Amino acid sequence: MRLLAFLPLALFAAMAIYFAMGLREDPSVLPSQLVDEALPDFDLPPIEGYQLGLSDDDLHGEVSLVNYFGSWCPPCLIEHPMLMQISRSGVVPIYGIDWKDEPGAGARWLERHGNPYVRIGDDQSGRLAIEFGLTGAPETFVVDREGRVRYRHIGIITEEDWEETLRPLVLDLQSQ
Amino acid sequence: MIAELGQFLLILAFLVALLQSGLIFLGLRTGDTAVFGFARAGAIAQFVLVGAAFACLTWLFAVSDFSVLVVADNSHSEKPFIYKLTGVWGNHEGSMLLWCLMLTGYTGVLAWTANGIAPRLITLTFAVQSMITAAFTAFLLFTSNPFARLWPAPADGNDLNPLLQDPGLASHPPMLYAGYVGFSITFSFAVAALIEGRADARWARIVRPWALAAWTFLTIGILLGASWAYFELGWGGWWAWDPVENASLMPWLAGTAFIHSLRVMEKRDTLKAWTILLALMAFPLSLVGTFLVRSVIITSVHAFAVYPERGVFILAILAVVVGGALALYGWRANCLKPTGVFSEISRESSLVVNNLVLAAACALVFFGTFYPLFVTTVSDETLTIGAPFYNATFNPLVGTLLILVPISGMLAWKRAKPGPLLRQLAPAAIAMLAAGIIAFALADHDRLAGAMGTALAVWIAVGLLIDLKSRLKLFDIPLAASLARARNLPLGIWGMIVAHFGVGILVLAITGVSAWKTESRSFMQPGDSLTMGQYEIVLEGVSRVDRDNFIAEEGLFHVYYGERDLGSLAAERRFYPVRGMSTTESAVQGSALRDVYITIGEPVATRGWPVHVYIYPLAFWLWVGGAIISLGGALSIADRGRRSLLSRKPAAEQVQVAE
Amino acid sequence: MTRFQTFIISLIAALVITMPVLAAPGPDETLEDPQLEARAMELYGQLRCVVCQSQAIGYSDAPLAGDMRFVVRERLLAGDSDAEVLDYMQDRYGDYVLMMPPLQANTIFLWALPFLLLLVGGAIAFAYVRRQSAQMETAFSAEEDAQIEALMREEGRE
Repeated sequence: MRLLAFLPLALFAAMAIYFAMGLREDPSVLPSQLVDEALPDFDLPPIEGYQLGLSDDDLHGEVSLVNYFGSWCPPCLIEHPMLMQISRSGVVPIYGIDWKDEPGAGARWLERHGNPYVRIGDDQSGRLAIEFGLTGAPETFVVDREGRVRYRHIGIITEEDWEETLRPLVLDLQSQ
Repeated sequence: MIAELGQFLLILAFLVALLQSGLIFLGLRTGDTAVFGFARAGAIAQFVLVGAAFACLTWLFAVSDFSVLVVADNSHSEKPFIYKLTGVWGNHEGSMLLWCLMLTGYTGVLAWTANGIAPRLITLTFAVQSMITAAFTAFLLFTSNPFARLWPAPADGNDLNPLLQDPGLASHPPMLYAGYVGFSITFSFAVAALIEGRADARWARIVRPWALAAWTFLTIGILLGASWAYFELGWGGWWAWDPVENASLMPWLAGTAFIHSLRVMEKRDTLKAWTILLALMAFPLSLVGTFLVRSVIITSVHAFAVYPERGVFILAILAVVVGGALALYGWRANCLKPTGVFSEISRESSLVVNNLVLAAACALVFFGTFYPLFVTTVSDETLTIGAPFYNATFNPLVGTLLILVPISGMLAWKRAKPGPLLRQLAPAAIAMLAAGIIAFALADHDRLAGAMGTALAVWIAVGLLIDLKSRLKLFDIPLAASLARARNLPLGIWGMIVAHFGVGILVLAITGVSAWKTESRSFMQPGDSLTMGQYEIVLEGVSRVDRDNFIAEEGLFHVYYGERDLGSLAAERRFYPVRGMSTTESAVQGSALRDVYITIGEPVATRGWPVHVYIYPLAFWLWVGGAIISLGGALSIADRGRRSLLSRKPAAEQVQVAE
Repeated sequence: MTRFQTFIISLIAALVITMPVLAAPGPDETLEDPQLEARAMELYGQLRCVVCQSQAIGYSDAPLAGDMRFVVRERLLAGDSDAEVLDYMQDRYGDYVLMMPPLQANTIFLWALPFLLLLVGGAIAFAYVRRQSAQMETAFSAEEDAQIEALMREEGRE
């Protein structure tokens, strides 16, 4: 009975430790279900004014980045110069998917800000985004030679993200 | 100048609180009885100081002094005056100041009304209360100073969050805080009792009105929050089991268990250690409700990342408050020897079951709220624990407990004979079965859940009427005599019956709103109509409305039920330019039997406006049931246990006072 | 703020407020078949809008929630069972998307909790009530019984 009175204290101590640990976590970051899985099958039409669309077949045989963007998405604009830089470096081809844009809006946007993409698919309905488990734009997927997703980057790719995470990963996958 | 004055007053309040708690402990140690006298004066001084500081901040908001950071961030010169005032607590710093005002307010009222309480007990209570005040005024001063200046002062403010520009939300936090903070008093009394190593029926009687006051305010606060979610947030419901709501439910459940076990302790001088433990838990759960969930961990990790010192400070306070109190509990709980005994079948036993289930329900909500965070901490996985989880666990648990409601009040203290009781309640059982069968037959979906909910509600309501009838001997003796009995029935009993009756109504309303609701979504153009069973909803037109500080798109609907014209109603989508935020105003066409609830979304090219229509049967009774429960709480507060005070152990009480 | 600024702001607001969101082609917000529609409504409550703060897709205005509702309808029209629709979403968004956590290794504790609480708490409470009620016979006092009687009379239950 005497010890029982200390039970609440013991439970609280356990809880306090857990809270202290929990403070360092960000529960809003979602792991991707697609990591190490094959890409979903898809065949997107090109956006207005472009010849080449994008299908999953295009992503086989070479390590690549797949970037979801939209002309309506301010963070995408912030990310854009970084994508242009990666594209110019020639390290890895970038494929774009234009998410829920009005016809022509994506093309105008790329005309104004430059086109870092080898091919661009038009996901106007946003249906494919669900297959990718997308939660927002921009998001970028690293795809290996076999067409499997190896990494998912949520949000803007910064210089740091590229140099410290994505580039080493891409180089590693290319050397395999 | 006013800002500096406010800050100065706040620093003074902090120092007074700090000094007071220190001096009391010192005085009690050295046996100096002078501390008894100034403990009260100090408590009132703290209230006056914090009250004046709060008045200063209110003034700064009223005159739109944008050289003060919180005013610049959360107000705007063009905002309606009333919302300038409510804007005082529409932000972190101001709401914390309000919290401190409530805290010292409670202490002040205690100082004002505390007569006939053993001097050591009340003085220790003031000491603990002052420690809490010191901790939170320090939190304000060091991490969330409401009087911080901004230089250079901007020409105009950043407006208040448009969601907060609503009478419901303006009154919702103060009520909720009045509930949360009220549990600080019972917490302090419990700590004082543990330091004294003694708690008895008398202690329970002193604490009971405070517990009931806190519980009643919390009930009203949760109710206002739910109605705000229902009418303003426009997501289409009144309770979503999201972390913010759960945070207010946890202290409410603990508080509900507490007021029930307090009754046993007051009348029978037993379950003492458990009651004290509940008193110790209700307040920390309130703190979790105010801080951890709202501003630190769950909803917004970013808030924590931006102000890590706030989170650490609050966690430190929580660790000291709870850790200290529970250590004290472990050390002293064994001093609390029960004297009353009771048999397995008795009022006491039924209240033990009540406490067991409520504590389990509280723990369930706690784990449901924090488990996803826990999983994320120990692994990379993420989980969601949403409404379906609680519907599958919490609802059956609490629903089963509610079967006890009419039985418990009719059971005798100490030992009860179940036979006569069951005979008395037979009509309620028959009514319950009949209601369940009728509900099952009439409903067209969720028939089982609806039938069970209806049966439970009818069982509670009819059972309570039988209980009341037998207490008043209604129809067994002349009506005048029954009325006399009604007058003599203690307010506490009236409060109990009224509150439980409110629970019955609430159960029925929840059943209606969740089991019998129907909803429909569609894209509509002006002139289109939508049919839901007998209801026909016509979108008459959409127009733009310009108001003082927002622009709205208003969808005008007309509702028909069969041939009957139920009138028109308007749902809005508002845009607040200064913050660039959109909000929705749902349109509710209410009646006693059902609410027609409509929300309108952003228009989609060629297809029109997405319209979401709900028919919520009995939604009106949610608020009625909740109000009746609160009324029951208020009635019980008014019961000062006058008669039982005189009738019970007068000799023993005199001894205690003399000590 | 000048009149002109106010005008500009309301102009921008008007643009924002009426800016069309692109329509999703295919099955409309409502399914023709009332039984399928009822199932869809139920499923909307079972799936979390992944960009919202703990809200089901049935209650959210977020565009992504609309797209997710669209997928639910599409799967239902394709003949999926309710469980298959949930699985489909879980495959893409993980456990996170389910409002009701699935029973699996990392949720066993959570699901066992209500039973654990009732069992352990019930055992402790039962043992306590039994032990102290054993004193009923020995601790009999006429004074206490008189108190109980007074208490019951006060409550209107003599």
